Amino acid sequence: MLEPLEGSQAIAHAVALARPGVVAAYPITPQTHIVEHIAKLVADNRLRCEYVSVESEFSAATVALGAAAAGCRAYTATASQGLLLMAEVLFNIAGLRIPLVMTCANRAVSAPINIWNDHQDAMALRDAGWIQLYCASNQEAIDTTIQAFLLAERLELPVMVCVDGYILTHTLEGVSLPTQEEVDHFLPPYTFAHTLDSRQPLTLGTMVAPDHFTEIRYAHDQAMYQALAAIEEVDAAYAGITGRASGGVLEVDGPDDARIGVLCLGAVHGTLWEGREQARNLPPAKLIKLRALRPFPEAALRQALAGLSDVVVLERAFSPGAGGIVAAEVCRALYGTSTTPRIHSAVMGLGGRDIPLEAWQQVLALAQGPSRGATVILDLIPDHLEDGIA
Amino acid sequence: MLEVRIHGRGGQGNVVAAYLLAHAGIAGGLHAQAFPFFGAERRGAPVAAYVRLAARPIRLHAAVRTPHFVIVQDEKLLGLEETTAGLVAGGGLLVNSPADQATLHARLGERMQGRNWQTFGVPASDLSRQHLGRNIPNTALLAAWAALTGVLEPAALEQAMTARLKPGMLQANLEVVRAMGSLVAPGAWHDLAHHALYDGSAQHQETGHAGAA
Repeated sequence: MLEPLEGSQAIAHAVALARPGVVAAYPITPQTHIVEHIAKLVADNRLRCEYVSVESEFSAATVALGAAAAGCRAYTATASQGLLLMAEVLFNIAGLRIPLVMTCANRAVSAPINIWNDHQDAMALRDAGWIQLYCASNQEAIDTTIQAFLLAERLELPVMVCVDGYILTHTLEGVSLPTQEEVDHFLPPYTFAHTLDSRQPLTLGTMVAPDHFTEIRYAHDQAMYQALAAIEEVDAAYAGITGRASGGVLEVDGPDDARIGVLCLGAVHGTLWEGREQARNLPPAKLIKLRALRPFPEAALRQALAGLSDVVVLERAFSPGAGGIVAAEVCRALYGTSTTPRIHSAVMGLGGRDIPLEAWQQVLALAQGPSRGATVILDLIPDHLEDGIA
Repeated sequence: MLEVRIHGRGGQGNVVAAYLLAHAGIAGGLHAQAFPFFGAERRGAPVAAYVRLAARPIRLHAAVRTPHFVIVQDEKLLGLEETTAGLVAGGGLLVNSPADQATLHARLGERMQGRNWQTFGVPASDLSRQHLGRNIPNTALLAAWAALTGVLEPAALEQAMTARLKPGMLQANLEVVRAMGSLVAPGAWHDLAHHALYDGSAQHQETGHAGAA
């Protein structure tokens, strides 16, 4: 029987299976249940780990950084304002090449204050140098969390596991947790080549002058590109043990003769998938689930979109004054290819607005319509654009 | 895919009820999903929680807008438009109330018009007070829903309760469930529930119980 677990609880169990030595976190909706469950596992002696309650997200990230640098597997979780408060530390973690795993329970960013789901928080940290993996279900959240530790430690890069706040974190689904033996087999004990050790002192994070800074940034960039293959390998290795893969860097499904593609990130994938099942009268379309936003899988994307005439990139965030963030990256990846499809940039589901089953019709209508040039917000309610607000 | 919405007040065990129902569904060999109304919850304020049950994996992650069933933990909430909003025509409305069907329909007034809802009132609070010593009607209502629909074997619901309820509360809640079983007409919502569960296909109606322990 599958285990009926709330998303947050499932993630907490996945973290526990990875045997972290230190978890440091500050509660923020909708991440709270994750760290509550971890704290409870520690309090109940079901997880041998030091749980550090800190006074801010800045400290949570800092404690996790320090623990990982001192040779201990570490984890933290946050969302929205919490992620932004961590921002300075997150760039440091990446630049110091600290292997660390963090869950981002994706939530809108203030102002206006809003506790519900979208992807603006993680998108804002897109350039922090972290690997970013997006999960489409609670099962993927479990599997990706465990994979993230192996990836982080193998590559010496931090991994942010993005899980839709509420939509996944607060939803109970039947999931399968790997056994402790399976995880122990998959994930060797934590090692970090540059562990801080008072018996063999070394410095992490020294100032780097112009003569080496560029090269260190270049090396980081190269490591991120190399992570593309590692994400595929680790997903395959995990599937070898558990029978479940999460889609590597991206996953495509749909009929071979489809001329339309719809690319999305996160839990909306399942809704679009069901929408497609129920709207058989509409033209065939491929669904592209982008799992890795960083590193950005340009080559895999070119292959996935080959032969398509129209691709809708559906996002839960945008860059004010510039439009769809992922859409722009998709355009860049395809620029100069011989048969570039038309890219339609669409935004939906900001600040927790529900993306219903019928979104599929809207998305397909966009794909079949004229090029709009700019990013379209598909679920805008014109009546709500009242005087004084907009 | 069958959809249920549960209405109650913050602190009444509304989310617990949704999670229990989904857990029981999974224990009974079905696929299930449950989630609360997303947002901040205040004790006493009207709240809702949602459940999906299906014979196939559920990939949808959207709100429940047109439930087949609505379960109401506090009958005063019947007065709110949102309590019956979107309930499908011919859908089932289960109310924690000693009142009979005609009385409940009268309370719904014009909202009933043309909707043909199948309404049942069950004395869930009375049973809860009797066995638990306080008013937590959620397990009594779930037992009534399980009996009316025939979607869940009693064993599946008991398995879910054993896994999710605090040990001190379990025995009395199991008694509530058993007592409720004799108070409703078993199978009165069988066709409605199974039609929804199997997407209108009648072929595999009994396979859902294959995994019941």
